[in-house]
Amino acid sequence: MDFNALFSDFGGYTITGLTVGAIYALVALGYTLVYGVLRLINFAHSEVFIAGAFAAIWGWSALGLDRDSVVSGFGSIMLYLLVGALIAAVASAGTATVVEQVAYRPLRKRNAPPLAFLITAIGASIAIAEAFGIYTRRLPVGAPTVVKNDVLFTIFGAEVTAVQLLILGSALGMMVALDLFINRSRIGRGIRAVAQDQNTAALMGINKDRIILVVFIIGGVMAGVAGMLYDVRIGALTYSVGFLLGLKAFTAAVLGGIGNLRGALVGGLLLGLVENYASALFGANWKDLVAFVVLVVLLMFRPTGLLGESLGRARA
Amino acid sequence: MTSVREWIDSGRHAVSERWHNGPRWMRWAVIAAVIVFFYALPNREFYQWLGPIPTTGSNFGQVLFTISIYVLLAVGLNIVVGFAGLLDLGYFGFFAVGAYTVAVFTSPSSDLKTLWPWLLALPLAIVLTMISGVMLGTPTLRLRGDYLAIVTLGFAEMIRVAATSSAFLKGQRGFNQIPHPPGSYSDGKPIFGVLDPRPYYWLVLTLIILVVIGVRNLNRSRVGRAWISIREDEDAAQLMGVPTFKFKLWAFASGAAIGGLAGALFAGKQNFVSSQNLELLNSIIILAAVILGGSGNIVGAIVGGGLVAYLIERFRGIEFFGIELYEYRFMLFGVVLVVMMIFRPQGLIPNRRRAAEFKDRRKEVIVGG
Repeated sequence: MDFNALFSDFGGYTITGLTVGAIYALVALGYTLVYGVLRLINFAHSEVFIAGAFAAIWGWSALGLDRDSVVSGFGSIMLYLLVGALIAAVASAGTATVVEQVAYRPLRKRNAPPLAFLITAIGASIAIAEAFGIYTRRLPVGAPTVVKNDVLFTIFGAEVTAVQLLILGSALGMMVALDLFINRSRIGRGIRAVAQDQNTAALMGINKDRIILVVFIIGGVMAGVAGMLYDVRIGALTYSVGFLLGLKAFTAAVLGGIGNLRGALVGGLLLGLVENYASALFGANWKDLVAFVVLVVLLMFRPTGLLGESLGRARA
Repeated sequence: MTSVREWIDSGRHAVSERWHNGPRWMRWAVIAAVIVFFYALPNREFYQWLGPIPTTGSNFGQVLFTISIYVLLAVGLNIVVGFAGLLDLGYFGFFAVGAYTVAVFTSPSSDLKTLWPWLLALPLAIVLTMISGVMLGTPTLRLRGDYLAIVTLGFAEMIRVAATSSAFLKGQRGFNQIPHPPGSYSDGKPIFGVLDPRPYYWLVLTLIILVVIGVRNLNRSRVGRAWISIREDEDAAQLMGVPTFKFKLWAFASGAAIGGLAGALFAGKQNFVSSQNLELLNSIIILAAVILGGSGNIVGAIVGGGLVAYLIERFRGIEFFGIELYEYRFMLFGVVLVVMMIFRPQGLIPNRRRAAEFKDRRKEVIVGG
C-alpha cells in the first residue's frame, strides 16, 4: 500500500482515471443498450470496439498519416479527428450490424435459449478478434499522433492535457446526445417500448427487428468513437486489447446498473477512477484485477448496480 | 440437401435404436472393444496400421496425452454446461488452479519448500479447485446465468494476471522439477519417466473411465435429475422444491474438481508450470468441444473433446493453400460455435432430452418476429 504515491499526485490520478473511465463508459453504452432491449450480453461488443479502433488507424494511413506523423494546426487536427471518428463509427456500426444479422437474428427466429445466444456471442467475438490478429500478424499497429499531448491548463494541481480534454469532452457530448435521442426522439421511444415489452411493442406496430438493429448500430457508433479515442490516447493498438477492455466496460455497465444509460456513464467514470487509484496503491501490475474484484463484490451486494436497471422504466 | 440430411438422420436413428434396444452384452462388448482400442492406441506396433490417423509431425503418444487431458476437461465442463445449463467461460482457470497447487507444494523452486510428492499434492489440488469453484459460484450462481458467464471469464483472466504478476507464482519463469507420479517397474526404472509419454496417457485414460462412471452415476441420481430440472426451467424447479442454488453450486464444484484433476495430471507430466501455459482461449476450445460433441451427453463431450484436440494437433504444420492452418484454429472454433448454435445447437451426438428442449422452444410463438 503506497499512499504517498497516490496522494502526491491525487489530481493527476483523478484526471487519468476519468479519461480512461470515459472510454469505458462509451463502450459500456453498447452493452447496456443491447442488454436493455434483448437481455443479452453482447460479448462480441469488444470486437465492435476493436473494429472501430483499427478502422480509424487504417483510415488515417489511407489519408497519408503513418505512425510517425504528427498533425499540427487546430483546423487539420479537428478535420482528422472527425474523419477518423466517422470511419471508426461506420466500421464499428457495420461490424455490429453483421453480428446482429448473421449470428443473433437466426437464433431469435428460432426462439433459442439464452445459453445459445451467449455461446454464439462468444464464438463471434473470438472469430472477429482472431481475424484481426491474423491480419495484423498479432503485432501492435502504431497510430499517428493526431493530437499532441500538450498540457493545456492546471486544475487543483493536476495537469490536464489536450488528449484528456478531448476524450472527456467528446464522451460527455456523445452521452448527452444519446440521452436526448433515447428520451426525446420517435425512434428513442420505440427503443424504450421494445425494452419494456418486446411482444406488446410489436403488437402496437413497432418494427421490432428494425429497432433492435438500430440499437446495435447506436452501440456500434459509440464503440467506434471510443476506439478512435483509444488510438489517440494510447498511440498503438493490438488485436487482443478488446477482450480486457470489453470486460471492464461490461463491469462499468453492471456497476451503474445494466440497461441504464446514465448508469453506464457513472459506472465507467467510477471504474476508471477506482482502477487508477488502485494501481497507485498496489502497483500497476494489479490494475486489471480491480475490475474483476469490483464486479464480484458488486454482484454480491448490489447486483442491480448503483442507479438500478432501467431502459424503458424502473424494473422490479 | 434435405434428402441427404434425412438420410443421415435416419441412419443415425437406426444406429441409436439398435444401440438402445440391443441386448445388454452387446453394449458391454462394444464399450470394452472401444476401451481396449484406446489403451492399445499409443503403441507403435498398433497405430502404424491406422494409416493417416496418427499425427506425423509430433510424437503420437504425446499427442494422445494432450487429447486425453482435453477429453477429461470436456467431461468436467459438460457437468456445468451440459447437465446444469450454466455457462462457464473460464473453465481453464480451474485447470490452472490445479496445476499451480501441485507446483507450489511440490516444486523445489516454490517459496513454500514443502517438496511434497505428487500423489500427496493431488488430493489437495482437487480440494482447492473445488473450494475456488465454490468461492466463485457463491456470489454469482444466485444471479442470472449471463453474469456467471462474464464472472467466470474474468476469473480465468485474473488467474492469468495473478500468475504473471505475483512473485509467489513466479510469472513466466514458472516452477520446475515438479515430481512425476510414483511407481516403478520391477527392474527399478520409474514408470512415469521423462521420455515415454504413454504411461501418462494410460493414467489419464484410466482416470477418465473412473470419472465417467462417477459422473454417469451422479447424473442418474437425484442430483442429476435436479440439474436437468434446473436447466429446463429454473423457476419451475425452485417451485417444485428443488434447492436450485445448492445444486448449481454442486455442479460447479464437481466440474471444477475435474478441471483441477486435469491440471494436476498435466503438472505431473510436464514437470514445469508457468504463466505461459495459461492461454485464455483454451477455455473457449473446451467449450467449443462440449458444444460440438453434444452438451448434456457424456459420450458427446468425450467425442467433442477428442475431436477438437485431435484436429488442433493435426492442424500443426499443415499448410492449406499456403496458409498455416494451426494459426487459424481459434478463429475456426469461434466460427464453429456460431454455426453450431444456428444449425445444430444440440451437437453432433445429442442428448435426447436436450435435443427435444431445443425443438420444443422453436414451436413457441414469437410475436412480430
